[in-house]
Amino acid sequence: MTRRSSAVTALLLTPAGVFFFFLLILPLAVVVVYSFGERAEAGGYAPGFNFGNYLNLPARGKAFFNTLTLAPLGTAVTALFAYPMAYFLAVKVSPKYRVAMLVLVMAPFWTSQLLRYYAWMMILGSKGIPSWLAWLGFNDIQIINTPWAVLIGAIYGFMPLMVPPIYVSLEKLDKRLLEASADLGASPWASFVQVTLPLSLPGVATGSMLVFILLMGDYILPQFLGGGKVFFIGNALVDLFLQSRNWPFGAAVAMALVAIMFVTIFFYMRFVLGKSGTRRVALV
Amino acid sequence: MSKLIGYITPQKFLDELRRYQKGSVTRRHFLGVTGLGLATAVMSAAVPGLRPRKAYAGLSGTLNFTTWPNYFAQENLDNFTKNTGVKINVAIFGSNEEMLAKLQAGSTGWDVFVPTNYTISTYKKLDLIEPLDLKKLPNYDQSAQDPRFLGPGTIDGVVYAVPKDWGTTGFVINTKKVTQNPTSWKEFWDLTQGPISGKVMVHDYQLTTIGNALKYYGYSFNSNDEKQLGEAEKLLLAAKPHLFGINSDYQPAIRNGDAWMSIAWTGDATQLHRDIPEIIYVLGKEGGEIWVDHYAVPKGAPNREAAYAFVDYLLTPDINAKEVQAHGYPSTDARTNKLVPKAMLENPILYPAKEALAPLEFGAAETLTNPLRAEIMARFKAA
Repeated sequence: MTRRSSAVTALLLTPAGVFFFFLLILPLAVVVVYSFGERAEAGGYAPGFNFGNYLNLPARGKAFFNTLTLAPLGTAVTALFAYPMAYFLAVKVSPKYRVAMLVLVMAPFWTSQLLRYYAWMMILGSKGIPSWLAWLGFNDIQIINTPWAVLIGAIYGFMPLMVPPIYVSLEKLDKRLLEASADLGASPWASFVQVTLPLSLPGVATGSMLVFILLMGDYILPQFLGGGKVFFIGNALVDLFLQSRNWPFGAAVAMALVAIMFVTIFFYMRFVLGKSGTRRVALV
Repeated sequence: MSKLIGYITPQKFLDELRRYQKGSVTRRHFLGVTGLGLATAVMSAAVPGLRPRKAYAGLSGTLNFTTWPNYFAQENLDNFTKNTGVKINVAIFGSNEEMLAKLQAGSTGWDVFVPTNYTISTYKKLDLIEPLDLKKLPNYDQSAQDPRFLGPGTIDGVVYAVPKDWGTTGFVINTKKVTQNPTSWKEFWDLTQGPISGKVMVHDYQLTTIGNALKYYGYSFNSNDEKQLGEAEKLLLAAKPHLFGINSDYQPAIRNGDAWMSIAWTGDATQLHRDIPEIIYVLGKEGGEIWVDHYAVPKGAPNREAAYAFVDYLLTPDINAKEVQAHGYPSTDARTNKLVPKAMLENPILYPAKEALAPLEFGAAETLTNPLRAEIMARFKAA
């Protein structure tokens, strides 16, 4: 066992440490300080120390409610769509094509997110899918600017993020475990439910965490596909900082979001730590 | 040689001409002795087209220009870059509140930006803009501006912003789909909650959306009265489920037929009507907003020289005329209007009839800073 001197350890941690301190900790500290202040007369920040902004959080309760219902729902449905695809890639596709196909799954990330959302605005607008539905006889269905459009956009947008972690955890799966399970008399479905699924859960959890965090803070998605009618925490923040320019209240909303994320990540880490049978923490 | 400058007999003139042609005298001597040099100088100063363009020597670097969507002719910007070598970075914003928020945060790096009339006094109060040195804007002629639009840019006699163009806020309707003939804000909001539910858009902008909701009751567009704002909020909340969207970028939805009616500004209406003739622009009978946009230079602009040269260039009448034809908003400058095609001058969208303009109000500075209006807008969007 090589022993690393603490000096070398400190040196290795310095770049990341400096980066995080100046670009994460300090700005966060500024946000905390702002959240206790007051709105200046013409907007902006005026120094102060009161809990008024935190007490006023229920004023944006609808934004929190919308986000806390659509984000988990979006994450769950994305996982539901991503799992079969990851399973197909990891188990059914022969190794020589696997990487190429994984690249194809990730390819949408290479295009501008804005372009993809504009494309969805066309597809879900009155000249897109609703016009096909009308041809089939279902008239007057509006998809764009509803929570459904946001859900569809979320699933499409975050699938490339959900597939890789699940893929990795499924690929790691020892096939001999499945052989053993069959030898012990389990049907393929039972093998899947009792062997494959539990062992791939860390991957699902990691993928879900990534998607959930991004969905909670998203602004562009509800703005474009919700047309201003779907109000997320992200929209509330943009409105508070740029329109009503109530920076202290915006800071309080931001800190509330951070608090929610802390709680979520706490449960996530507990889950993956619990699932890791070995000493190493299995994130996938 | 005659002692009287500028007076020369025809015979002497021909003599000098032949001497010049033969090369016996220099051109300078010839021009001086015949008085032609002086005459040309006087003439060129009098003919505007011959006047030399401001010397652009000494400009360099980049210019950061912050403006609104579809609000300039790219060709003019490219020409400016070609003439001066100054590269232009354009930033597009959808609301004055955003511009103010960015300037309040500081270090924007903007050189020129385009504020609307009701924001200028707030900018001055917050010490975010600097007084303009009109000597550096020779192509801006204050006396040629429409006097209605000179007020907001000048505070206590000091000019902080020069007018760019003016416009109105009304609503556009697609006459093929909207067969009722709405002419008032009352009809706008009633139709929204009735026959054309699901096809109407309002701006993501508290000034116009709350303002035109106030107009439904006949209150002032700029009202800050709590009771009146309360009624406006009730109307907005009642209308919200019937709205297609809350977005200041309404052109795409109107163009592809997702929305049939929307609160709109003059220039967008011009562009929409030009491309899709069945879309018309209506000014509500009860009133609404008349506004004027300006060019201003924020404090601490990194490239002030280029900023002044750029504003001066865009306010030159022939360049300004090209701008007007591109963005479709009427200019405040009488000289520019002389150079704009007659068809545009007679377009009722750009130049509404006096009776239609009479009830319109300019936005007031308090609407920008009133936190109650901001809260109402947030509650409206959250509902």
